[in-house]
Amino acid sequence: MEKLSFRHTTSRALPGAKAQAITGVVASGNLEVLLERALAPTECTVEIETPIRGYGEVWAAVVADFVARSQPGGLRITINDGGARPDTVSLRLLQGARLMEV
Amino acid sequence: MSERIVDPAAKGWATSWYEASARSRIDGLLDAGSFREVIGPEQRQMSPHLPLFDLPRAFDDGMIVGSGRLEGKAVLVAAQEGRFMGGAFGEVHGAKLVGLLRAALVLKPDAVLILFDTGGVRLQEANAGETAIAEVMRAITQLRAAGVPVIGLIGGRAGAYGGGGLIAATCSRLVVSEGGRISVSGPEVIETNKGAEEFDSRDRALVWRTMGGKHRRLIGGADAVADDTVQAFRQAALDLISRAPPFDLATMEAEQKRLEERLTRFGDCRDATEIWGRLGVNDPDAVPALTTADFDALLASLGETTHDAR
Repeated sequence: MEKLSFRHTTSRALPGAKAQAITGVVASGNLEVLLERALAPTECTVEIETPIRGYGEVWAAVVADFVARSQPGGLRITINDGGARPDTVSLRLLQGARLMEV
Repeated sequence: MSERIVDPAAKGWATSWYEASARSRIDGLLDAGSFREVIGPEQRQMSPHLPLFDLPRAFDDGMIVGSGRLEGKAVLVAAQEGRFMGGAFGEVHGAKLVGLLRAALVLKPDAVLILFDTGGVRLQEANAGETAIAEVMRAITQLRAAGVPVIGLIGGRAGAYGGGGLIAATCSRLVVSEGGRISVSGPEVIETNKGAEEFDSRDRALVWRTMGGKHRRLIGGADAVADDTVQAFRQAALDLISRAPPFDLATMEAEQKRLEERLTRFGDCRDATEIWGRLGVNDPDAVPALTTADFDALLASLGETTHDAR
């Protein structure tokens, strides 16, 4: 397994008050994303466990793009990956942020 | 972000049980907002074994357990996520179900619902999985003896196979959809051991008429056939809770008798359609294409097809 960890600073806290959400399933080409409102309002961490090695730069780009789009301040995001493609990862992250905004 | 163009709920479209995740099955099955999860994903109780095989883990180990309400009735519920490792029983996965059933012995809810979606034991942690299957069966019999109905709901893509099929057989009542399957050895397992002449696992019609929901219902191995919607499963579960059989010596003896009769009556059949013919179905070949309503009408015309002999 490859473990990746990213830390970002955001311009704002993610709106909403939901403490926790989970989306997706660990299956082939899919992933699960657990989001917890657990950090300071302008901090965001993303931790990933993936069986597919060597794609650290792609993960970094996908996560950076998500942070820039959603500004998910305050979220601790943890991912169990089942070999998802970058577009699927991106959609799941956006879906997760949306769930937390409720 | 743009607005959703079509809202399925507003259109009145039903959620497919087969396509839904374990979490959305629970959400749709129970009274809205009533589910309280125990050992949720945030506690990260994951498999200690999968990392040894370099396999990804899931935060809930593919088993979601908790409590909720079903039309106001207090229920405990467990749901397997069939897409994670085929819904297979690993150590944590199994322990969560055992724990829920043992809690039910103390809490005495109105019912326990098990949403099966499993290929059986997870081979990477098979000893723990097998132990869990045995513990689950023991706990279910204890619960039934204590008067708590245990209802199995089967309609996921993994069906209820291996130890999952054994557990299903110990439940008070089972509801199954047409897409649901119940058995012990799966089609590929039978083919591998006995050859394609004995059982061709790629013949989907054969698989479903041997292990599928309608066949199980016709021979009394399941108690209700539901359409493949979350709403239909909810209605069927409510109905079955109200008519769970007593768990006593008389029930067991009747079940043994029914199984013996079944063997005598159908033991030489080479195909499920022969069994259906002997049951009195006029056109056995038409059964797989029947709608649930037509199938229920057929059942009503056959007389005694409802019993506990799984």
